[in-house]
Amino acid sequence: MSKIKEHIESLNNSGRKALSVFLTAGFPDNNKFFDTARIILDNGADILEIGIPFSDPLADGPVIQQSSQIALQNGITLEKSIIAAGKLTKEFDKPIILMGYANPIISFGKENFVKAAVENKICGVIIPDIPIEEYDDFFENKFAGLDTILLTTPTSSEERIKSIDLKSSGFVYCVSVTGTTGIRYDFSDDTLINLETTYRNIIKNKMMIGFGISKPEDIKTFSPYCDGVIVGSAVIKSIMNDNNKFEKTKELINSLSKACNN
Amino acid sequence: MNLIENNNYNYPDAKGKFGVFGGKFVPETLMSALYELEDMYNSLKENPDFLKELYSLQKDYNGRPTPLTYANRLTDYYEKAKIYLKREDLCHTGAHKINNALGQILLAIKLGKKRIIAETGAGQHGVATATVCAKFGLQCIVYMGEVDVERQSLNVFRMKMLGAEVRPVSSGSKTLKDATNEAIRDWVANVKDTHYIIGSVVGPHPYPMIVRDFQSIIGEEVKTQILEKENKLPDYIVACVGGGSNAMGIFYPFVGNENVKLIGIEAAGYGIETDKHCATLTLGTPGIFQGMNTYLLQDKFGQISEVHSISAGLDYPGVGPEHSMLNDIKRAQYFSATDEEALEATLQISKLEGILPALETAHAFSYLNKLMPNTNKEEIVIVNVSGRGDKDLNIIIKNLGDKI
Repeated sequence: MSKIKEHIESLNNSGRKALSVFLTAGFPDNNKFFDTARIILDNGADILEIGIPFSDPLADGPVIQQSSQIALQNGITLEKSIIAAGKLTKEFDKPIILMGYANPIISFGKENFVKAAVENKICGVIIPDIPIEEYDDFFENKFAGLDTILLTTPTSSEERIKSIDLKSSGFVYCVSVTGTTGIRYDFSDDTLINLETTYRNIIKNKMMIGFGISKPEDIKTFSPYCDGVIVGSAVIKSIMNDNNKFEKTKELINSLSKACNN
Repeated sequence: MNLIENNNYNYPDAKGKFGVFGGKFVPETLMSALYELEDMYNSLKENPDFLKELYSLQKDYNGRPTPLTYANRLTDYYEKAKIYLKREDLCHTGAHKINNALGQILLAIKLGKKRIIAETGAGQHGVATATVCAKFGLQCIVYMGEVDVERQSLNVFRMKMLGAEVRPVSSGSKTLKDATNEAIRDWVANVKDTHYIIGSVVGPHPYPMIVRDFQSIIGEEVKTQILEKENKLPDYIVACVGGGSNAMGIFYPFVGNENVKLIGIEAAGYGIETDKHCATLTLGTPGIFQGMNTYLLQDKFGQISEVHSISAGLDYPGVGPEHSMLNDIKRAQYFSATDEEALEATLQISKLEGILPALETAHAFSYLNKLMPNTNKEEIVIVNVSGRGDKDLNIIIKNLGDKI
């Protein structure tokens, strides 16, 4: 069984939703990336999702766009991102996954990418610009050893949700709202109805909800409809505005983690 | 009017691919909207009522058919093949962009969308979209890179006068690619009530197909007009290529006529030996960007390059996927012209033909210096005059002020 799935399941069995936190590789700089990653994992995140920066991140809102731009200016590359992730997989037993857009992966070579990711004990990969229509051609069964996590959105039909579940491994990434990544101040009733439908249709995999989640209350709202949550922009924003010791970020992760306990 | 026929050439395939190019590389949120658009388009493209409505707009609002003008002085200048000009500069709003905007606004209305978004580089597509939105009373938001807002300020005023909201984009290189990213992000957020009118043959399927089909009215008219005037098809068709919609529009009806040589001219900016150009098919490599697999200008890590052209409409690091395929199967050839060559051609065509071409179009004209010596008097060359140059006066004055 997938390490990610096993991990989420054991957390769920102990009465907890899994907390996955997104962090852009090479952000806020190449060294502080490790400090902040450690803070995130030491203060209650169950999974770390490392973003591979891309010049044109279509699915991302302003905060993650900015972090990607900063990271690219710091000279981060896909290869360096994987090596950085590998350093963390040696220190932590928690699953670490990569999120990145298709083009840098193709440029590096899909086989090289998988080989490097597996060697560095990465558990899975999320590629937001590869929908199920392009899945077979893109992955070509070359991603053995890596979970491939696909996304559902509020516009996905039940039929699509089922195919996405079938093609995914590790977990299904359920996008809570239409739009790019970034903090939302409230969620509509439609959002909850939609999440409930999605959760009901995800059978093979665990389901994690992401996009827009920034505070413990959001996690409490979504808890009935998922096996875990993903927080990205709120953490990146906190890091941008934090002091050198990242005390506010610590606090944020702690409070998010607490909200994951039933 | 026939939007789709072309013997033995059936692209894109069912998955939206032109050979290995094209496809639908977008976030899941947009997939349902892309299917909805594709289904609506497929149900309408041969529907007589839809075609009649579109045809009547093209005729009575846009001023089509546009003339095919014999360029006698330009022909005399080279003393080689006869040169004809397809006059898209005479379209309503001054460029070919409105051919597509008219088609897509009808689709948007059929889809029940109330809000229209668009990206623009030179501002011509933004003006065309703002125009059709005014005509049909729909809300219009145009994304435009800050650099382009500055260098095409006349078109910004035009869009505002037409009732559109222009949203300057400050990310990345602040040009067309970034405006397109921002428009896609808007669409992802507002997909339920919004239709995205893409301005070129780029983006995810079905856009490259739809835009090509709406623009192919250019090539269809050319075919009829040149047969009427010369009783034969042309030997060469030359068009400028940024995303490539005017080129695809004039090429497409001729793709099956193998003796008609199709030539696309990209922007070489400061020169293809520098890193300030947008000669995508000349120097690019395939990759995935803005929903499509196509040739791109990118660095060795797969990051998209910040490109340059004096013409905002060609200032784009990608190219339509069908051009990528036509390039690889060698059905079309692609060359490039520098900023300087384009400026020179602008003056030359103004003086010789009384036509002030857009800087985009001027790239195609400048290639005649290389092409014409290899032609003969029996041959025919057609240049697609994709737009007029009034919008570029500020740039032309800045660069050529003392030469005029």
